[in-house]
Amino acid sequence: MSDDLDDLKSLMNAATPRPDTTRKSENIALAQKNFTDLQGSRDGARLTSDRPETGFISGVKNMLSTLTSRAGLTASTAIVAVGLVMLSPLGESLLPTKPDAAFVPSAPQEEPAVVMEKATAPTSSPLVESAPMIAADMATESMGGAPAPAMMTSPANSRMIMDLPVVRPESSTENFANADANPVQVTTQNPVSTFSIDVDTASYSVIRNSLTNGQLPPNDAVRVEEMINYFPYDYAAPTGNDAFQPTVTLTPTPWNADTQLLQIGIQGALPDLADRPPLNLVFLIDTSGSMEQPNKLPLLKQSFRLMLGQLRPEDQIAIVTYAGSAGEVLAPTAASERSKILNALDNLGAGGSTAGQAGLQQAYATAAAMSEEGDVNRIILATDGDFNVGLNDPDALKDYIADKRDSGTYLSVLGFGRGNLDDATMQALAQNGNGQAAYIDTLSEAQKVLVDQLGGALFPIADDVKIQVEFNPATVSEYRLIGYETRALKREDFNNDKVDAGDIGAGHQVTAIYEVTPKGSAAERNDPLRYDTPVVTENASDELAFLRLRYKAPGSDTSALIETPVQASVTGEAGFATAIAGFGQLLRDGTYTGSWTYADAIKLASETKGDDPFGYRAEAVQLMRLAESLSAQ
Amino acid sequence: MQTNDTSLALAAAGGDAGAFATLMERQYDRLFRLCFRLTGSQAEAEDLTQDICAALPAKLRGFKGEASFTTWAYRLCVNAAHDRRRRAATHAKAASGWGDWEVNRRAANAEAEEALDWLTQAMRALPDDLRDTLALILDDMTHAQAGDILGISEGTVSWRISQAKKHLATLRKEDTP
Repeated sequence: MSDDLDDLKSLMNAATPRPDTTRKSENIALAQKNFTDLQGSRDGARLTSDRPETGFISGVKNMLSTLTSRAGLTASTAIVAVGLVMLSPLGESLLPTKPDAAFVPSAPQEEPAVVMEKATAPTSSPLVESAPMIAADMATESMGGAPAPAMMTSPANSRMIMDLPVVRPESSTENFANADANPVQVTTQNPVSTFSIDVDTASYSVIRNSLTNGQLPPNDAVRVEEMINYFPYDYAAPTGNDAFQPTVTLTPTPWNADTQLLQIGIQGALPDLADRPPLNLVFLIDTSGSMEQPNKLPLLKQSFRLMLGQLRPEDQIAIVTYAGSAGEVLAPTAASERSKILNALDNLGAGGSTAGQAGLQQAYATAAAMSEEGDVNRIILATDGDFNVGLNDPDALKDYIADKRDSGTYLSVLGFGRGNLDDATMQALAQNGNGQAAYIDTLSEAQKVLVDQLGGALFPIADDVKIQVEFNPATVSEYRLIGYETRALKREDFNNDKVDAGDIGAGHQVTAIYEVTPKGSAAERNDPLRYDTPVVTENASDELAFLRLRYKAPGSDTSALIETPVQASVTGEAGFATAIAGFGQLLRDGTYTGSWTYADAIKLASETKGDDPFGYRAEAVQLMRLAESLSAQ
Repeated sequence: MQTNDTSLALAAAGGDAGAFATLMERQYDRLFRLCFRLTGSQAEAEDLTQDICAALPAKLRGFKGEASFTTWAYRLCVNAAHDRRRRAATHAKAASGWGDWEVNRRAANAEAEEALDWLTQAMRALPDDLRDTLALILDDMTHAQAGDILGISEGTVSWRISQAKKHLATLRKEDTP
């Protein structure tokens, strides 16, 4: 007997189809629309019917989609009988039988087989189903008695809107780029750790947005290095002509008494911005329908307005939008013509789908046309991350942009809004476009990224910066890089100048933290191998590790090398970066933080806050407190 | 460490659009799967899911977190499926006098019916209450959970499942001469 049930279960699992993606996004959009409408009319008319809200339009749609020539004549008779002349046989041409066909040509959703099945389903005879409902809707309409909000929430209306040949905002899909947390490495087996620097800060803003909305962020949204790099630290500035200066400290680990934290800080030179080269900026602005919300396009306009004040008369600006089709909204214009630029910005409106690829192509073409010898060209892409037309596969985009970055144009990405933030695509774009990804959720974040740190955002001082750390097996038994999961490089890539890596802008800082387990420490996680040949380290030094950095001067093809040994003596106390690293790991999974809690992170962060002129660190402490409360639920 | 669905749903019930968006994205496939189990046809399942999506925002305002969101949402699915069937039955009755075209249509239905596979036939042959119960059990619900969703006792669920098994065994016998 139970055989039958098991059979049925496997049959059922096999037979369960994937939900049709078009219907899925339609349905989710419908749900969201109803949700939004409901918020606007909290005290307004309640949906009166307890019947699920499938409107007469969906009945009509069913009918039209099941119309066959055989049934056609009788069908129209039925409709006339209900007295709805508007949908007489002409209706077939008035309402498209496949409302989606116009813009999703290949959607295989209404195959004949499915239609047949629909017709045979025991439940519906859609034709007749529509009859009483039409009557009802007509009645309310003709009496004019239905309050506006009720009509707004009526599915009939939403269906009407959906049938317009405009692609609606996609269902809310957030896609975050991340990889599993870096594991603990055994120094004798794997002494070298190589990664590319990362100056993005998007992850921190996304986390802040989640927490302030009362939710713990999705694990994959947490990239610890981006959280650490969000904050300015007090590193020594480079002297002379060096592009940057590494600062290395070794501190005790707050979450593990038996390990130490090796913190590598890199401070980029801050060239005198007074003699910076002229800048050619192409704003590539996503004006798709999904950008309409107040925290997207309107915030974007305000942000760019802030930034305009930082530009010089000789800088040039162009605006390209993409939505449905890509278009140049503002031809290259000198930054001195403020009102012209502001006008163009103000006139942007949201609507249509996101032709990301066409937009990118046009932006690169515009940037190439503006380019003059000695200028810095940069495209600033502002989007909610939705690239739903054209190249929407991050890998294909990567290739395209990797191709284009050789033209010397940098690409930075500013993310806006939540709901369909495609963090993975943003990452792919910025990493491969030699740019920076930031996520703008408030005007003060725009102030930080586009005004306070504009130099870093716009003027590169070193390209393809790679870090390689070789640990000394005589002093270090295990190590673990905190964060940088998406930035790992192969060991041999370090010396290969063809391999792309992150870029550093003027005044940028990058911090990387390793948790190292000293030889013989109680914190060793891996037992020594029984059959391993013991490593005989001749002339074993007491150095902890050897740090190598490679970078290219902007525009150069060959890299320079900086090398420095790291001594195995503790040189400081755990600082604010450590508190953030711990916080990030707690948010992520807390695999390595033991019994260390949010409360400890708050304590450490408060103690090490130091001088905090912009209040960034105070805000981080607030976020830790929120995370503590949320995780206690 | 992700926010669980129930607290998301509570946030959404309080008007948090972001939470609602996340919730829909997470739950849609699951709801669809149950809808398919309840209806046995992709098209029907898509329509039923649409019904649910349309009604969910309004219903969600009444969600107080007494049950887990999954239980609550499944209850919504089962009720929506009931409503659809009830309406269909009413309309089918009203339609029985509709003349030749209706007869033609039903004949066409009957032809298609033959082509359906054993699974669909088996599910459709079951009375509605047995099918709903079976759909939930096939969706990895325990008998207790299914009872909670359907508002019946665990014992009734077990009894219905054994009835459903009997039906299936009979069908099998007829099917394999």
